[in-house]
Amino acid sequence: MEKSDIKIIEEEKSFKQKLQPWGYLLPTIVILTIFMFIPFFQTIIRSLFFTDNFGKMQNFIGFGNYIELLTSSSFWNSVWVSFRFVLIVVLVGVVLGFVSALLTQKAFPGLAFFSTSYATPMAIASVGMALIFQVMLNPSVGIINKILGAHGNMLADPGKALIIVAILTAWLNSGMNYLYFSSGLASISDSQYEAASIDGANGFQQFMYITVPALRPTTFFVIVTNIINAFQSFGQINILTKGGPGEATNVIVFDIYREAFMNYRYGFASAESVILFLIILALTILMFYIRSKGGKVQ
Amino acid sequence: MKAKALNAAELKYIRHEKMKKWGGIILNIAWWAFLMFPLIYAFLMSVKPPADLYDPNAILFPKNPTLSNFTDVFKVAPVGRYILNTVLVAVLITLSQIVTSFLSAFAFRFLKFKGNKFLYGLVISTMMVPGEAVIISQFLMVSSWGWTDTLMVLVIPHIVSAFNIFLAVQSLENFPYEIYESAKVDGCSDLNFVFTIMMPLLKPTIGSMAVRSFISAWNMYMWPLLTTNNDNVRTIQIGLSMLNAEDSQSMVLMIAGVVISMIPSLLIFVIGQKSMVKGLTSGAVKG
Repeated sequence: MEKSDIKIIEEEKSFKQKLQPWGYLLPTIVILTIFMFIPFFQTIIRSLFFTDNFGKMQNFIGFGNYIELLTSSSFWNSVWVSFRFVLIVVLVGVVLGFVSALLTQKAFPGLAFFSTSYATPMAIASVGMALIFQVMLNPSVGIINKILGAHGNMLADPGKALIIVAILTAWLNSGMNYLYFSSGLASISDSQYEAASIDGANGFQQFMYITVPALRPTTFFVIVTNIINAFQSFGQINILTKGGPGEATNVIVFDIYREAFMNYRYGFASAESVILFLIILALTILMFYIRSKGGKVQ
Repeated sequence: MKAKALNAAELKYIRHEKMKKWGGIILNIAWWAFLMFPLIYAFLMSVKPPADLYDPNAILFPKNPTLSNFTDVFKVAPVGRYILNTVLVAVLITLSQIVTSFLSAFAFRFLKFKGNKFLYGLVISTMMVPGEAVIISQFLMVSSWGWTDTLMVLVIPHIVSAFNIFLAVQSLENFPYEIYESAKVDGCSDLNFVFTIMMPLLKPTIGSMAVRSFISAWNMYMWPLLTTNNDNVRTIQIGLSMLNAEDSQSMVLMIAGVVISMIPSLLIFVIGQKSMVKGLTSGAVKG
């Protein structure tokens, strides 16, 4: 019935009506073409050129930038740093979000206050949080050194700097993770727990055999989303460490920024952008795959 | 006798449940203090007079709390201007994203035309391109147009969001086609239908979209960092990150600035949280 109705409308189409959809889509088409599609292809083309200090393409060098990139130890350092960074962000972020979700699984007075609080990191800017961390870690007046009885600047320690920016990023992600986990928990019906407790299962057993398996699709989804987010972290690193000390926190996105806007090597940085795009693309495809599979599980 | 035994068991059960409840509350308070510590610390710092910073008895709690940092920060930098700029940018981005998303979603859902599916796929595919991967070309392009140091350069590239188009199309999935048809029969124009019938019925989606767009526009960092270099167009995030915080005086002022900058996004978040949660989780895995 719906189809025949559409047909009637279609038959009455005039030239003006044929143009109509494009009118509605005009802003979308124009903006995405100018600010997404063209820059995207320009980035690919620019990555094949040697560029001057203003980003003008000088001469075609084929895969020259890619070869230089893939043979530079600095790039592989960035890949390794990004990998460790992402690992800490995901681990800490998932734990923070998951614990918050478990604590608010059952109703109690004040629940609304706690659950809103646990989600607030979603609304907090990476800049604001980075500036707070900067003061907390200040060698002379910061609270962290006072609590730990430590001296010296932790952000100047190559081993600690990466962990600190990763924990900060995990905190920023924890609000979103909390929401995903608590909606996952909410979808487990109470009757499952009741049946288990009648059968004599204790709290730990219920957690291991009901909660954990039910949250598996959610957890996969959260992990992949967190990985993608973590790869794109920039503000906190630019403010707290600027990729340093040395190259200890020089993740791929920061290295792109450094090569393009500090060293003015636009072509080289474009090649690195293309590689970042390929990494994110692979992860996004993985996410959609898990998502479609996760939907079928239940 | 049997009834008495049951009563005792019941009492035990009730006591057990009560203990669990109080245990839960105590655990939550401890976890809250741990998780929210950076924000609590920021708030306590923002009401601290600079002299308290070196006082060993006032490491966490200020001895003489003051609100003067909140007014003084406006004297060290044009924070008022930054906030005004950011409000302008965030509101314009939010409103235009809502309008462009629903206009597009309407066309994708209700209008039949050649290439509908292909175009929608193309729009969705842009979600896979991380902003950082195209930012070099975007920057070189807008600077060749002389757009740098304007509010326009902060707004125009962000008036369309592929993700919000996706959300809008999703929300129209279960929208009855009959409503559109009867509106047409009644002589309602398509544009009228979008703004007076369709969008009012999708308030929860609009709410979630508005919260998300506003917060991400308010917190935007890399793009304004690259394209603006002038106090007249600087956003609050850039302005704050450029404050010098070497000595104790400027440190507490900066933190006061940070607290001020968080208020609008937190307010919007708390107000719109319910609809945002719905919008967010509807797109996620159904566990």
